[in-house]
Amino acid sequence: MNKTWIIAQREFLTRVRKKTFLLGTILLPLLIVSFYALMIYFSASSDAYNIAVVDEANIFNGTLPAKKGDISFDLVKQDTATLRGRIQKGDYDAYLVVPTGYNIMGSDSLVFTSAKAVGLMTRESIEKKIDQQLIETRFSKFDIPKQRLDSLQRKSKIHYQGLNKTSDGESRAGRSYAVGFISGFLIYLVLFIYGTMVMRGVMEEKVNRIAEVIISSVKPFQLMMGKILGIGAVGLVQFLIWGVLIITLQILLVIFFPGLMEQASSVQGMQPGGMQASQANGAVTALMQNMNQINFPLIIGTFIFYFLGGYLLYSSLFAAVGSAVNEDPQDAQSLLLPITMPIVFAIVIMTKAVNDPNSGLAVFGSLFPLTSPVVMIARVAHGVPEGVPLWQLILSGVLLILGFIGSTWAAAKIYRTGILMYGKKPTWKEMWKWAVRKS
Amino acid sequence: MNVLEVQHLKKYYATQKAVDDVSFTLAPGSIFGLLGPNGAGKTTLIRMITGIFFPDDGQIMFNGQKFDPINDVVKIGYMPEERGLYKKMKIGEQAVYLSKLKGLSKTDATRRVKEWFIKFQMESWWNKKVEDLSKGMSQKLQFVTTVLHEPKLIILDEPFSGLDPVNANLIKDEIYNLAQRGSSIIFSTHRMEQVEEICDHIILMNKGQKILDGTVKGVKQQYKENLFSIGFESQPSIITGNSAFDVVGRKEHELVVKIKDDHKPNDVLQHFLNQNQSITSFQELLPSLNDIFIRLVEGTPLSRQFEKITE
Repeated sequence: MNKTWIIAQREFLTRVRKKTFLLGTILLPLLIVSFYALMIYFSASSDAYNIAVVDEANIFNGTLPAKKGDISFDLVKQDTATLRGRIQKGDYDAYLVVPTGYNIMGSDSLVFTSAKAVGLMTRESIEKKIDQQLIETRFSKFDIPKQRLDSLQRKSKIHYQGLNKTSDGESRAGRSYAVGFISGFLIYLVLFIYGTMVMRGVMEEKVNRIAEVIISSVKPFQLMMGKILGIGAVGLVQFLIWGVLIITLQILLVIFFPGLMEQASSVQGMQPGGMQASQANGAVTALMQNMNQINFPLIIGTFIFYFLGGYLLYSSLFAAVGSAVNEDPQDAQSLLLPITMPIVFAIVIMTKAVNDPNSGLAVFGSLFPLTSPVVMIARVAHGVPEGVPLWQLILSGVLLILGFIGSTWAAAKIYRTGILMYGKKPTWKEMWKWAVRKS
Repeated sequence: MNVLEVQHLKKYYATQKAVDDVSFTLAPGSIFGLLGPNGAGKTTLIRMITGIFFPDDGQIMFNGQKFDPINDVVKIGYMPEERGLYKKMKIGEQAVYLSKLKGLSKTDATRRVKEWFIKFQMESWWNKKVEDLSKGMSQKLQFVTTVLHEPKLIILDEPFSGLDPVNANLIKDEIYNLAQRGSSIIFSTHRMEQVEEICDHIILMNKGQKILDGTVKGVKQQYKENLFSIGFESQPSIITGNSAFDVVGRKEHELVVKIKDDHKPNDVLQHFLNQNQSITSFQELLPSLNDIFIRLVEGTPLSRQFEKITE
């Protein structure tokens, strides 16, 4: 056990002290967040878009559509020649003429003249504004008052709740979806990144011919476990640093861009139209409030359990493959296929499980040890009795523990034989024989 | 008490009897040559002694007790033929790491690595990486890491490959030193002249079996062919009418003769003295280990064939 510790220590230290580790761990989140900040900065400071409206048919009744985002309207009474001049001077970006005799019920078209090309997003929101105004004008033509119009257009309100009366609002479902998907995806990344790292480490030892030197001091199992534990610790540290950095930077971002939240809500409000803007705003606040309702201890606890369990299960398989191949990375590719297939399946099942946590496929995926690390977290995000019954969670945990004990045991036997074999790449059949034969 | 006693050791693979009933003993402080052609089973035998493989049958006694791989490996230093080091690791750290795996504490390991580095004039290398070293340099480093923990049993597989004569001598001297301080050394190689020079005792393996066991001197005596070389002052005359020997080689002023079984060297000398030839030298020609090796394994196919194992 002591020697496993010495090996794990070396594996950990040599990786953590590498420059690439520092770069990857610290620069990556910095890059992501600064990219994010730049995007916000540019979208916040994008130029206002002023439109002069010549309303000869008086469809706007003298009231202008509310200023929305960067687009503002200005009601003017000038001829087109003057307007052209003003656009060239830069007072306006474009002008829109509603000619006299414009039939609001009919299919007459309006002419929108601008100096610069109009982007798709801008076009869409301009059209929305005009449409909304037209609809209101049409209704008032038939003497339908605004209040009645609003009540006619009101959306249905359904309150979703669980059997035990816990509120299951839309924002909660969305949040469960997001948390489940992100956690599942992170575990998927962990399995791949650190599993491959273990495999490369094993291959390095074999290619450098140091394996036999070390095997004469420690048992192959200790060498394999030391490597797996050391790299697992690297992974944990890296995740911890990423987590802390991203949270700190996000907080800093909010401090430096106080308008960020409003910006986000206004962007959201643009799609459903002006009337629902306040509702959308409410949804954002509700989402923020709901974050407090999240069962963080449960999510984090399950995340760490499946992170470790999945990592231990897969990294031992990766180690076995690494021990079996030689210098040629292509050999590794073909042997890796049976290992990467279940991980890819897991991510497919996971995307289904976040939508429908109790479907048969999700239940199977969250119990089967090769896919459960990725799938189960997606179900747990929906809450324990609602997303996954407690007995399934416990069964899945036990199966995962049995799974990684089994895989480590088999991998250790393949490893022991493979690490000292030079020459041709073994087939899966041969590796299976190494795994099942008695010592 | 013997450091190592190997008793009827067997290891069968699916298609080969890699080691088939091999026994030998190793006394403290002795240098032991393990010889054999490629594929004779030397590496498998060594791997069993170092606890990497479990034997199928037979047993190994280490220091008079049954070999216990987990605790005894720290008393063994093994330099395999397929050897290497971590390329990206600093060599000082690497040596310390490897000796920690042999059970030394960090301070102890550091102190000893420093001592050895000074002895081999490698102090300035401490912070170099292995990939910066030449083959000979990394070979020296490998040797240091093998013997650093002062093992009772040192197993060296082709230790001189890739070393120039100066460094080879350096290592050779260290091997003698270690043997004098009581370590026993198993030395596996194909280079017979080195074996003749260094080893006290040899065994020769072929096809998994031990086919020769003895001291270097004893083996040579055992395989001698009663050949003598005789030097003369002048060209010897044609030899006729003797029953004691046959001439098997002839050079200017020199004859190589093979003495017949029931005769003695004196009979030969008598013959030439009777002929009034003046003799300048008379020397027994012992076979070199190389000759014995070739003679014993001759006829073996160059690579071992796969065979059916029935137990």
